[in-house]
Amino acid sequence: MSLKGRDIISIRDLSKDDIQLVLSTAEKMETYARGEKISKLMDGKILGTLFFEPSTRTRLSFTSAMQRLGGSVMGFSGTSITSIMKGENLTDTIRTVERYCDVIVMRHPMEGSARLAADVSNKPVVNGGDGGNQHPTQTLLDLYTIQKVKGKIKGLDIVLLGDLKYARTMRSLSYALAMFDANLTFVSPKGLEMSNDVLTEIEDNFGKKPLQTTDIDAGLRKADVVYICRIQKERFDDKFEAERLQKEFRITPETLGKCKDEVAILHPLPKITEIDPRVDGMKCAKYFDQTFYGVPVRMALLSLIIGVI
Amino acid sequence: MKEELRVKKIKDGTVIDHIMAGRGKKVLDILGIGDGVPNTTALLINVPSDRVGFKDIVKIENKTLKKEEVDKIALVAPNATWNVIKDFKVVKKSKIEVPDVLEGVLKCPNPKCITNSDEPMLTKFILEEKQPVRLRCNYCERLIDLKDVL
Repeated sequence: MSLKGRDIISIRDLSKDDIQLVLSTAEKMETYARGEKISKLMDGKILGTLFFEPSTRTRLSFTSAMQRLGGSVMGFSGTSITSIMKGENLTDTIRTVERYCDVIVMRHPMEGSARLAADVSNKPVVNGGDGGNQHPTQTLLDLYTIQKVKGKIKGLDIVLLGDLKYARTMRSLSYALAMFDANLTFVSPKGLEMSNDVLTEIEDNFGKKPLQTTDIDAGLRKADVVYICRIQKERFDDKFEAERLQKEFRITPETLGKCKDEVAILHPLPKITEIDPRVDGMKCAKYFDQTFYGVPVRMALLSLIIGVI
Repeated sequence: MKEELRVKKIKDGTVIDHIMAGRGKKVLDILGIGDGVPNTTALLINVPSDRVGFKDIVKIENKTLKKEEVDKIALVAPNATWNVIKDFKVVKKSKIEVPDVLEGVLKCPNPKCITNSDEPMLTKFILEEKQPVRLRCNYCERLIDLKDVL
């Protein structure tokens, strides 16, 4: 089993063994990710970062990962200073950039754009988010975080809370958690439920039937991990209804009173109003640790893809 | 064959037999018959069949099918048979089956899919299930409802 030369476009492309290889390699990368040890593993290698859309964590953690391994990074964030402004298409942009670097990370608003880039490029492509479709490296770091925080994934009661219909992180995370035999509960307002094709796929592939509810209290009671994402106002015609739901589907010290003492709260970030700032300092708040874990996971992935380990 | 009593044999062309009853019109739509394609065509509807009860049959004069047309027909008429006729004789007979990969045949109904941009690329769908037909877009990964693409 090897990830050398592979594109990482969708969590569906990865087997359980592939994912376990990334997670175990990430463990070895942690001291380097913290800067406690120096690595020259990627000396002379270049990562191309093509971010057609805004990003803080994905772009910076990939940059940090490459630089911590002694490699270098080139690329752009926003298209205003590139030939895309002159009308150049994605295909030609990728054909150009692949000649300048050893691996490409890309975020683009169109769904399937990363798969197209991988079709065109002779260098490996990593999907850093393609519209509402996939964000596989977020899922890998989410799995790694759960394993770090809880020591395992199998058998845990994991609640996915919020907008399960439109949030891309939730689609790929559900698939991966079912693959790792977690017990899933989906808590969302009416109209923002997990799509049926995800439910069917989880059942067909892993025999898992997640519980679905709109009742946040009932959903949280048994949870070992709560993974929350934002309910976006722009999805609603009725802004008052959106605000009401944002308040209802919010994590506060009071809602946490109904949870197990050892519950862990995760969030892909950025968070806006869905987590009360008073929660940030509580021991259950693991979302900033989660952002750090993005670095060793991406170090592992880049090293495996380029084939330096 | 009984249907030959109703419609005479064609000299050269294509006969698509064993189309699920009621789907013959869809086959004509896929081929653009009646919508600019000028070939003389016969559509027989609800023809009694020993094998499937009732079936539709399409006979098109002076037309050979292209691969992408056969792939598309397979979606509405799986298990139909495709006969190539030359000089009143069947010179080739094959079963129409949904291929594992459909390239450049359908348009993805997801407006946010990259295949609906100006990129120089073909659409690609992967067959996930044959009965009923379930296709997934290779790019945006959405499961496709056939009624949205045909």
